[in-house]
Amino acid sequence: MRLGGSVGRDRTGHMEQTATLHDRELNAGYRTRRGVGRAGVYAGLVVGVVFMMVPFWWMLSTSLKSPLEILEFPPTWIPSGHFAERADGTWEEVYIVSRDEEAGTIDVRSVDGDQERTVAASAVANRIRFRFRNYGEAWSQAPFARYYFNTILITVFVVMGVLVTSSLAAYAFARMKFWGRDNIFLIFLSMMMVPQPVYLVPSYIILVKLGWIDSYQALIVPWLAHIFSIFLLRQHFKTIPDDLYDAAIIDGCSRFAFLWRVIVPLSKAVFVAVVVFTIVGTWNSFLWPLVMTNTPEVRPLQVGLARFSQEQGTSHELMMAAAAFSVAPLIIAYFFAQKQIIQSMATSGLKG
Amino acid sequence: MTWLENLRRKKFMDPLTAALYLVPAGIVVIVFRMIPIVSAFILSFFDVKMGRIRGFVGLAQYVRLFQDPTFFSSLGTTVYYVAGVVPVSLFLSLLAAVLLNQKIRALGLYRTVFFLPVVTSLVAVSMVWKWIFHPRLGLLNYIFEVLGGNAMVWLEEPRGIFEMVASGLGWGWWPAGLSGPSLALIAVIIVAIWRGIGYNIVIFLAGLQNIPNQYYEAARIDGANSRGVFWKVTWPLLSPTTFYVLLSTTITSFQVFTQIYLMTGPPVGGPMGTTKVIVYYLFEKGFDAGGNMGYASAVALILFVIILSLTLVQRRLVESRVYY
Repeated sequence: MRLGGSVGRDRTGHMEQTATLHDRELNAGYRTRRGVGRAGVYAGLVVGVVFMMVPFWWMLSTSLKSPLEILEFPPTWIPSGHFAERADGTWEEVYIVSRDEEAGTIDVRSVDGDQERTVAASAVANRIRFRFRNYGEAWSQAPFARYYFNTILITVFVVMGVLVTSSLAAYAFARMKFWGRDNIFLIFLSMMMVPQPVYLVPSYIILVKLGWIDSYQALIVPWLAHIFSIFLLRQHFKTIPDDLYDAAIIDGCSRFAFLWRVIVPLSKAVFVAVVVFTIVGTWNSFLWPLVMTNTPEVRPLQVGLARFSQEQGTSHELMMAAAAFSVAPLIIAYFFAQKQIIQSMATSGLKG
Repeated sequence: MTWLENLRRKKFMDPLTAALYLVPAGIVVIVFRMIPIVSAFILSFFDVKMGRIRGFVGLAQYVRLFQDPTFFSSLGTTVYYVAGVVPVSLFLSLLAAVLLNQKIRALGLYRTVFFLPVVTSLVAVSMVWKWIFHPRLGLLNYIFEVLGGNAMVWLEEPRGIFEMVASGLGWGWWPAGLSGPSLALIAVIIVAIWRGIGYNIVIFLAGLQNIPNQYYEAARIDGANSRGVFWKVTWPLLSPTTFYVLLSTTITSFQVFTQIYLMTGPPVGGPMGTTKVIVYYLFEKGFDAGGNMGYASAVALILFVIILSLTLVQRRLVESRVYY
């Protein structure tokens, strides 16, 4: 089994500095076997990478195909079309109507027109071509601009709200002493354990009573406080030494100024984590906005995309284009801030 | 130094200021978290239709719930789903993490690739996979055909996989109760594993890197072979991480909704209701057909009890094997 061999290799690299000749001779016995193990490791990883990447490739590739290319089986890996040579030597994209194997001719129809003509098989070739206009078509078939705007607006407000409410509350929990502090904190934590589907129905009723269904408030206000962020910030605030506080107060610093001028700058990394998982969580949230909105005016991107997918049904190239431009912002951000995003998501336990 | 003591007292005992700092988060948490959670419990004892409370019904919702075959089948489907996702995801992510926990070239690249689906929205992921599983034009069936297998209808296949395997082996008969999760549900399970594996890998990698080198060196010097090192050193020392991954994957899996909503049907939960999971059933009852919210709250409460007790049982079971 490769598992153990791998572990051994890592440690041996370190050991070899102190290894005696005798040890090395012993190790030499492993070497050939380890070579095989090494190939196995890479083979396993490559299989994994292919499994992880193929859906992304398939999304992009499909999004750049023509509607007729979608129907072809076997499917093409790279979007490509059939091109036929015109009489003047230029090429135009065509659909293949039928093939006559005996005569060596192909009946083709121009993509732009309805004219059918018969050409020699040698005058038809496959060429790679990307149909970027699928993106424009998908974008205009549903109010995606509106959906995008809604999601960005909601995300911005939620992130700002979470930052303010969480740092204030975390400051109180971490650095102030008041009656019932630890019990209140415990109640907060226990509510964090309750899964969203459990309180979905009562939340809906409350939002109905507030008259907030189908409004931005319904998608923003309930998420302005985030218990886990309070928890995370409190843990970090507690590590900041008391002496710092004393020194600041002696210098005439107010309690709030201490939070703003000392604690916040010292907690940048935690704040980054909070911002990242709040953005990802808000951007990708689905069940809540699905329940709380009915009209396109306030509908966020994910719900709009789901609607589009259910209404489209058959235009796979448009659906994949829409999926691609919906995931693009986070994926692009991921490539730039990969380390922060992975770390933040790992701390948050946020999976979707 | 009385002024310093004063100062410390000022820092510690000031309930009014503390309240001021707590108010913004507190209001939101109370109105949109605490009240809903408590109401979920209360609502399950009332008849609530379309957001209007019509009257107290006592335990009637629960009595109905326990006579509702759809509720039990959705519960069973959810259990199939969890039982499909959790072990496979755990095994694959641990395997990948162990492979990655070496001096391999381009480690960052692998991690990037494995984690990428985690930041991708589940809606888009579901759409892409639904297209991959397409019965006629799908990529998966194409790959199957190239490899010499038979095309399948995946998300439209209501038959259970055990039953399919049995008929594939030429057995004419298979007990109806043991047909297992439908192939459609298996397709959804594959997507969930694909989506969540990167997260688990990152957690496992962190756990593996926390194991001190000395243990491996000691094991080596004592002449342990690779397998021994894994089972006697890595596995026990990794058990807190494994426990966390197991628990969090189970809890997340119990709440599956988006993939079911987008990949299955129409009607959602199809074919023949074999992918109707408990959260979708809750959604359907509460918001879709008739809006029977009291009933949906009863379903929610059962879900909550299951998740809570599962957490406790799992903690008991696993903690006895966890080495801290």
